[in-house]
Amino acid sequence: MSDDIVNKVLEQHPDARRDSLIPILQEVQERQGYLSKNAVVKIGRHLRLPASKIYGVATFYNQFRFQRTGKFHILVCRGTACHVRGSASVLAAVEKELKIKAGETSKDGVFSLEVVACMGACGLAPVICINGEFYANLEFGKVREILDIYKKKAEEGKAGPQ
Amino acid sequence: MFEIEVNGRIIDASPGETILSALKRAGIRVPTLCHMNDLMPSGACRICVVEVEGMRGLIPSCSYPVQEGMKIKTNSAKAIQARKTIIELLLANHPDDCLYCVRNGNCKLQGLAEEYGIRERHFTGKKSRGNIDITSPSIVRDQSKCILCGKCVRICEEVQRVSAIDFVGRGSKTVIAPAFNNNLNVSSCINCGQCVLACPTGALREKSYLREVSEALADPEKIVVVQHAPAVSVSIAEEFGIKPGTDIAGMMVAAFKRLGFKKVFDTSYTADLTIMEEASELVHRVKTGGVLPMMTSCSPGWIKYVEQFYPEFIDNLSTCKSPQQMMGALIKSYFAEKEGIDPAKIFSVSVMPCTAKKFEAGRPEMGRNNIFDIDAVLTTREMARMIKMHGIDFNSVVPEEADLPFGTRSTAGKLFGGTGGVMEAALRTAHFLITGKEMKSLKVEQVRGLDGVKEAKIKVGDLQVGVAVISGVGNASKILEQLKEGRKDLHFIEVMTCPGGCVAGGGQPIETDKEKIKTRLQALYTIDQTETLRTSHANKAVQELYKEYLKEPLGEKSHELLHTHYTKRDVLV
Ligand code: SF4
Ligand code: SF4
Ligand code: SF4
Repeated sequence: MSDDIVNKVLEQHPDARRDSLIPILQEVQERQGYLSKNAVVKIGRHLRLPASKIYGVATFYNQFRFQRTGKFHILVCRGTACHVRGSASVLAAVEKELKIKAGETSKDGVFSLEVVACMGACGLAPVICINGEFYANLEFGKVREILDIYKKKAEEGKAGPQ
Repeated sequence: MFEIEVNGRIIDASPGETILSALKRAGIRVPTLCHMNDLMPSGACRICVVEVEGMRGLIPSCSYPVQEGMKIKTNSAKAIQARKTIIELLLANHPDDCLYCVRNGNCKLQGLAEEYGIRERHFTGKKSRGNIDITSPSIVRDQSKCILCGKCVRICEEVQRVSAIDFVGRGSKTVIAPAFNNNLNVSSCINCGQCVLACPTGALREKSYLREVSEALADPEKIVVVQHAPAVSVSIAEEFGIKPGTDIAGMMVAAFKRLGFKKVFDTSYTADLTIMEEASELVHRVKTGGVLPMMTSCSPGWIKYVEQFYPEFIDNLSTCKSPQQMMGALIKSYFAEKEGIDPAKIFSVSVMPCTAKKFEAGRPEMGRNNIFDIDAVLTTREMARMIKMHGIDFNSVVPEEADLPFGTRSTAGKLFGGTGGVMEAALRTAHFLITGKEMKSLKVEQVRGLDGVKEAKIKVGDLQVGVAVISGVGNASKILEQLKEGRKDLHFIEVMTCPGGCVAGGGQPIETDKEKIKTRLQALYTIDQTETLRTSHANKAVQELYKEYLKEPLGEKSHELLHTHYTKRDVLV
């Protein structure tokens, strides 16, 4: 399935050259949610670029991720307003609680973490967003409470009939 | 040509060249870190800045073109201060491990800190503690010592065209790593070690097996033998301050004996044996319509390159093992039987100009009955370290010969150490096998020298043999692509992974540059010119081995011990 996504994107760039790399990466990520190894290799073949180069370029920009997003995708805002009001320690709290770093997905596939520049919710700073739900005026201690709710949801999801 | 003024002196400069190149010619030294001869300047480190009259700010001499009448100061207070600051910034988060560092004594960063008299820390950054990647059998990456000069990335991409590594991330989080931050062992790295030669610091180094070798030497149960590759004796001298291009084979053998090796064998002997097998294989392929062009198989970096980038050419590779592995197989079979030793008690060491040989020795095909043919591979550098550690003074050793039964070699076998050498040796013997006569001139000028791609048409009897010689594996794709498009006039292709061949291998002394490579190559040519046993088929010791043990080239025993196979590799390329 993921092959199809990449193929479709590449079909739209038949004579793509190296300067199409970023747009292609963006489109694949948009459709696939992340850049799989397979996708990187395919794009590399298409553009005649080595995988190391593509990975290098992609990691230069903060927007790309290389793991599938989790069931709950967490956005931590690191914009100026949030920064001033302590978003660094919020991020640290999430990372510590979930044992993943920005751009990563937890091993059980439940949580994934992304750092974003500004979500336009500066009034609520510092803010995080989980699957579209905003949590405002956070501090180190509060993060844990929120994440516990989602952990419980994940447990229930597993146990339930679905 | 026009004139420029440097530090009050008039020097010549040519239009289009960089300031640095004019300075170099005039013998004026400006330090560099990221600069690489023969590659486009990157101007990344800015340590080479100079002051140019009438220009604002300092100018990076490595990338700025000279202009007529320029007035340059290379050592103005401003330039020196700028360099000092750059060095101090590089040191700000450096681990300062010099005492424990493999590059202690020949590290560019350490050298600059010393030259510029850095005596205290003005900038204190968090010490980098990046991972040490020891997964590769050949190369160790220590990110904490990396100064991000980019040389490794460039040599891997622009010269070797492998692109196993690149800059990953940005800003203060930047590191050099393979795709997906993978470890080197699962990347497309071919273990050539050219990046190690390029690296100014201890961030890239060979995986060392010195401890294993020392332990084996100290173990009374073990019979420790050593072989040395053709390119080692013409380069190891440099590690001891002896003039580049000096062949010290005899002294080196004597030193090995003092270190306690029971037997010292010459890999050039099995180079001769390789030629017997490989030339026979070539003749066989030509006569029976086998897959052509045949490609040499003694350079393990090249083998991995084909396995991962061009698996469609696997059948073109000669099935001959490399001389190192042929020697390894013979030591634990023929030699062990002859001496009545249990092969499991033999610890077989090889001294190689190469980091990829460490990888080769660990390929699963390279042994029998769960015993590896080669137990440890040391680079020229590691062996030099070992000799120093044992306090052996070359001035006081008396040259000795390598040991029988694998001690005699022809000069053809010795030529294996440089680009074109395998080809020249093979042509000499193929000519003899096909026509029953020696070549009129044994020297094959067209395949000599440092060009990356050399081609020739050689008359062997009625046959016009088309040959190509490639050095620097990045040059191979040109010919391979031509073959894919249907080129048909080539019969035999030699590829050596490193640019210049083994004399320029990734395990050679760190200060390997073009001039040194030339003198090492010349040393091989001189040996060929001055000695009389010049063809592999005339090597009596090799004939003896066939008579006594192998019977005939490509025979049953040969197939069991001296030939191998290759497999397509799935790595992220
Ligand atoms: S890389 Fe150079 S400066 Fe750094 S610890 Fe090693 S010798 Fe010292
Ligand atoms: S050893 Fe060779 S292939 Fe591997 S990273 Fe270094 S230069 Fe590239
Ligand atoms: S590993 Fe060495 S060559 Fe590569 S960027 Fe770092 S310091 Fe430079």
